[in-house]
Amino acid sequence: MMENLETLVSEALAQVAEAGDARVLDEVRVRYLGKKGEISALLKSLGGLGPEERPKAGALINEGKQRVQDAIEERKSLLQEQVLNARLAEEALDVTLPGRGEMPGALHPVTRMRRRMEDFFLRLGFDIAEGPEVEDDYHNFEALNIPDHHPARAMHDTFYFGDGRLLRTHTSPVQVRVMKAGKPPFRIIAPGRVYRCDSDLTHTPMFHQVEGLLVDEGITFADLKGTVAEFLKFVFEVDDLPVRFRPSYFPFTEPSAEVDVGCVSCGGKGCRVCSHSGWLEIMGCGMVHPKVLEHGGVDPERYTGFAFGMGIERLTMLRYGVNDLRLFFENDVRVLSQFA
Amino acid sequence: MRFNEAWLREWANPDIDTDTLVHQLTMAGLEVDAVEAVVPAFSGVVVGRIKSCQPHPDADKLRLCEVDDGTEVFPVVCGAPNAREGLKAPFARIGAVLPGDFKIKKAKLRGQPSEGMLCGASELGMEDLIDGLLELPEDAPVGTDIRDYLGLNDTIIEVDLTPNRADCLSLCGVAREVGVLNRVPLNEPAIEPVAPGIDDVFPVTVEDAEACPRYLGRVIRDVNVSAPTPLWMVERLRRAGLRSIDPVVDVTNYVLLELGQPLHAFDLNRLSDGIRVRRAQAGERLETLDEQTLELRDDTLVIADGQGPLALAGIMGGRPSAVSADTRDLFLECAFFSPLAVVGKARSYGLHTDSSHRFERGVDPALQARAIERATALILEIAGGRPGPVSGSEDTASLPAPAAIELYADHATRLLGSPLRNDEIVDILQRLGMDVSEQGEGHWRVTAPSWRFDMAIEQDLIEELARIHGYDRLPNRVPAGTPAGNTQYEHKVPLRRLSDALRDRGYMEAITYSFVAPEILAQVDPDHPPLALLNPISADLGVMRTTLMAGLLTTAQRNLNRQIDRLRLFETGLRFVPGEQELTQQPMVAGLLYGSAAPAHWQSKPRAVDFYDLKGDVESLLALSASGDFRFVAATHPALHPGQCARLERDGETVGYLGRIHPRLAAQLDLPTDLYLFELILEPLVTGRLPRFQPVSEFPRVQRDLAFVVAAEVAAGDMLERVRETCDERLRDVQVFDVYQGEHIDHGYKSLAMTLTFQDASSTLRDDQVNALVEAVVSQLKQRFNANLRV
Repeated sequence: MMENLETLVSEALAQVAEAGDARVLDEVRVRYLGKKGEISALLKSLGGLGPEERPKAGALINEGKQRVQDAIEERKSLLQEQVLNARLAEEALDVTLPGRGEMPGALHPVTRMRRRMEDFFLRLGFDIAEGPEVEDDYHNFEALNIPDHHPARAMHDTFYFGDGRLLRTHTSPVQVRVMKAGKPPFRIIAPGRVYRCDSDLTHTPMFHQVEGLLVDEGITFADLKGTVAEFLKFVFEVDDLPVRFRPSYFPFTEPSAEVDVGCVSCGGKGCRVCSHSGWLEIMGCGMVHPKVLEHGGVDPERYTGFAFGMGIERLTMLRYGVNDLRLFFENDVRVLSQFA
Repeated sequence: MRFNEAWLREWANPDIDTDTLVHQLTMAGLEVDAVEAVVPAFSGVVVGRIKSCQPHPDADKLRLCEVDDGTEVFPVVCGAPNAREGLKAPFARIGAVLPGDFKIKKAKLRGQPSEGMLCGASELGMEDLIDGLLELPEDAPVGTDIRDYLGLNDTIIEVDLTPNRADCLSLCGVAREVGVLNRVPLNEPAIEPVAPGIDDVFPVTVEDAEACPRYLGRVIRDVNVSAPTPLWMVERLRRAGLRSIDPVVDVTNYVLLELGQPLHAFDLNRLSDGIRVRRAQAGERLETLDEQTLELRDDTLVIADGQGPLALAGIMGGRPSAVSADTRDLFLECAFFSPLAVVGKARSYGLHTDSSHRFERGVDPALQARAIERATALILEIAGGRPGPVSGSEDTASLPAPAAIELYADHATRLLGSPLRNDEIVDILQRLGMDVSEQGEGHWRVTAPSWRFDMAIEQDLIEELARIHGYDRLPNRVPAGTPAGNTQYEHKVPLRRLSDALRDRGYMEAITYSFVAPEILAQVDPDHPPLALLNPISADLGVMRTTLMAGLLTTAQRNLNRQIDRLRLFETGLRFVPGEQELTQQPMVAGLLYGSAAPAHWQSKPRAVDFYDLKGDVESLLALSASGDFRFVAATHPALHPGQCARLERDGETVGYLGRIHPRLAAQLDLPTDLYLFELILEPLVTGRLPRFQPVSEFPRVQRDLAFVVAAEVAAGDMLERVRETCDERLRDVQVFDVYQGEHIDHGYKSLAMTLTFQDASSTLRDDQVNALVEAVVSQLKQRFNANLRV
């Protein structure tokens, strides 16, 4: 009987090893280890043995049974593994092929820069103000201390409608509107479209400015300088950006300054971008002229303020290396798509 | 203002180099725009003397010269017509390098040796006044380097002046500023009154003393206008950008540059009766120096005689009375015209002159007597003549008087953020020529000199203090204080969010001009006549847009012409719609869609965008406000296909339109017909609502699918609305899942299938409850739309 056991186990193991799939393997299990299986049958024949032999033979049979059982388990997981591997191989994709779906478009580069500028001033507690683009002479000029025939008017090539209205030549009229509509303190920036009747390589008849105004008690030229210098460092992400203030003239500020930064293209060594001067003119600013405060209904004896104005396109060109202003309004998607 | 540095240094000569000087001017508010060498680089040219001059044996136009350079004599072949024995002229020796990297070598010209070159002015980068060699004075020292002799190692400085600094529109003004900045004295040339040699005066009547408070004149007889202007003056004029004309015009230009006073010389013999300074009569004509004939308006101040206008006061002289080659006797004018009388006038006649530029901004009102003496002396020196006495008209009451301004030190501190010492304040003001009288501790009464007529209020003085002290030496500070801070409304959707949503759906933002061609507006939005610009940059940018669609369509045209086959564009900005009472300037958002619905993909068949892609994008914007108040209604719009156009409404008010381009418009604009547009008013889109929590039901949902056959023109939206009205809050959702027309459905009908989802908040719905709701829906749809349930 023991020889028979050995033969059965060997047969079973051989069949397990040959079983090509789970179904065949299960047949092997049933044939040898099932209730009516051949090895199970040996256990039933233990009754024919003497009481001394019985435990030993039982143990041997159980051991043989276990060996077959283990082999089946092992074979089973191997077969499962093979099936899984085959399926995985079947399902393999070319992952280098492109994915599906819409890609983000792009914000206009001017909008992108405008947001960056807004973000700085929003952090400083400035609000964003807006004003009409079709303006009147009073807000665009008179209230800003630019009376009729002031030479500064010649610097603004103005679009007129012939009825006293005009297209605003700068965002400065928003200063006056904001002051008239509220009470100090004022902390606003006013980004938006402005218009000048000029069109050539370096001028477009429409462009964008950001105006800034801070009016409060105790505001000085030092606040203006500090704010503007921090702003420019923020925009260009240069901590030690050289910033200089030059005396200048605007009818609506006094003292007035023109602000230059060290050329961000050459680091101040001199290049084509800065006309070899090492400096880039960025913006105009100054302390709000008392007449402008008065036009805004603000008491110049009690309040002082600063204002600044700058072109967004200029900063955009410097920051992203755009070399032609006119590209901004051609809206060529090959250009726009570069500013996602 | 353009001038040469050597001239400036005659007036004020600080011990600093050109770069420092230029930087100093810029940082003092006189922005230096350009610094150029007066002539291009060249070397090896000296003063030469033609020892002898013989005709070339083999060439009619050439001559054989022997040229002495001070050490040796060289044979030189020369073609200049003025080459002659004894003439001194620039001589480029062998080895010289002339402008343009032109090297002088030994040569043979028509068989004759030539060792060097005699030069004309243009060959040295200067202006040719005559055809031929530059004739140097008799006393020019032979052998001297020509650059030293002619002062060519000099720079031209161009200063871009702000309108308030008219005082610096002269060499004298710039020199004053340099003097102030460097504490060096101003070396003014001595200007002595010229004693009259004759008694002749030409009568002057000023009819508008307010416009012309001072008019000085002087007769000078027997002037030789063909006398040559001396080289030094020609060079200074040239370096300032002015051409030499004749000695009289050159002197008036020279004094204008030197002192800042415009002058005008008339040919005395072409004047009749006397000078009258008056307003022009409308329609009077004047032929100006630049040979235009102007028809004058009566707001224009003119210099006239008995015959009519002679000159536009302070702007330009007339041609008939101008100095010409035949002129012998002059009437020299030196006047002060009030800026208000001149400003804008030149521009209104399309003119801009050195004179108008100065009078508009202001001329030193105390300058005229000195300037006319200076000009007289120079004319006499160069062109001879016999001067009469200075005469004229003056109304001192109308002359601008400098303001007496109260200045307080603490006001300066309040504006500048840091105190200046009292002694520095006084020092700066005095250096600027101000009269400072102390009124108390830190309080002064300040009177500006006549040339600083821009000083009117205390802030003007404080700016001067800051300027001379140096902006860079003032402190920096980031302002403290609490932000004013508008309320940030949570229910408002920021414009940024809308733009970002469109961007994330593949749209690119365009920024187009707010003015467009009237033709395109007439096609896109014919019902709103646009606001037209009086002075557009061009006809195709002539009117303010009444719709953003115009700019997007133009942008599409441009891009499609560049082989772009897929477009998703949007723009935000104002539209300008003129109304009965006033113009509406309304913020809008608009978009344009064309090409495949999704980016090209290797696995999917491309599908062209259609109305529902467009609508999906619009709906995604509406979703941002979380407001359920929007409604799409079939509508028409002049730019849009009448069968594929919706009006968006919120609470019954129109928000905007969306749809496919009208095929007629597409044809007119040469655009494809499967192009889609939307334009919406921004305000309703950015007004949302705060989230309001609703408890979530734990009970099961029941779904029922119903298909109806209904006339094709019945709007699905109306049916769904009816379904919602019919059911109560137990209807959680209703969605269309299929629309079908074709086989098994009669022509003119469609099958519309919808899924109704029911759920109760507090119990499980029983079948009979759901059936009752469904039956009500079926019956309502039958009744309202004659819709039949498909079975």
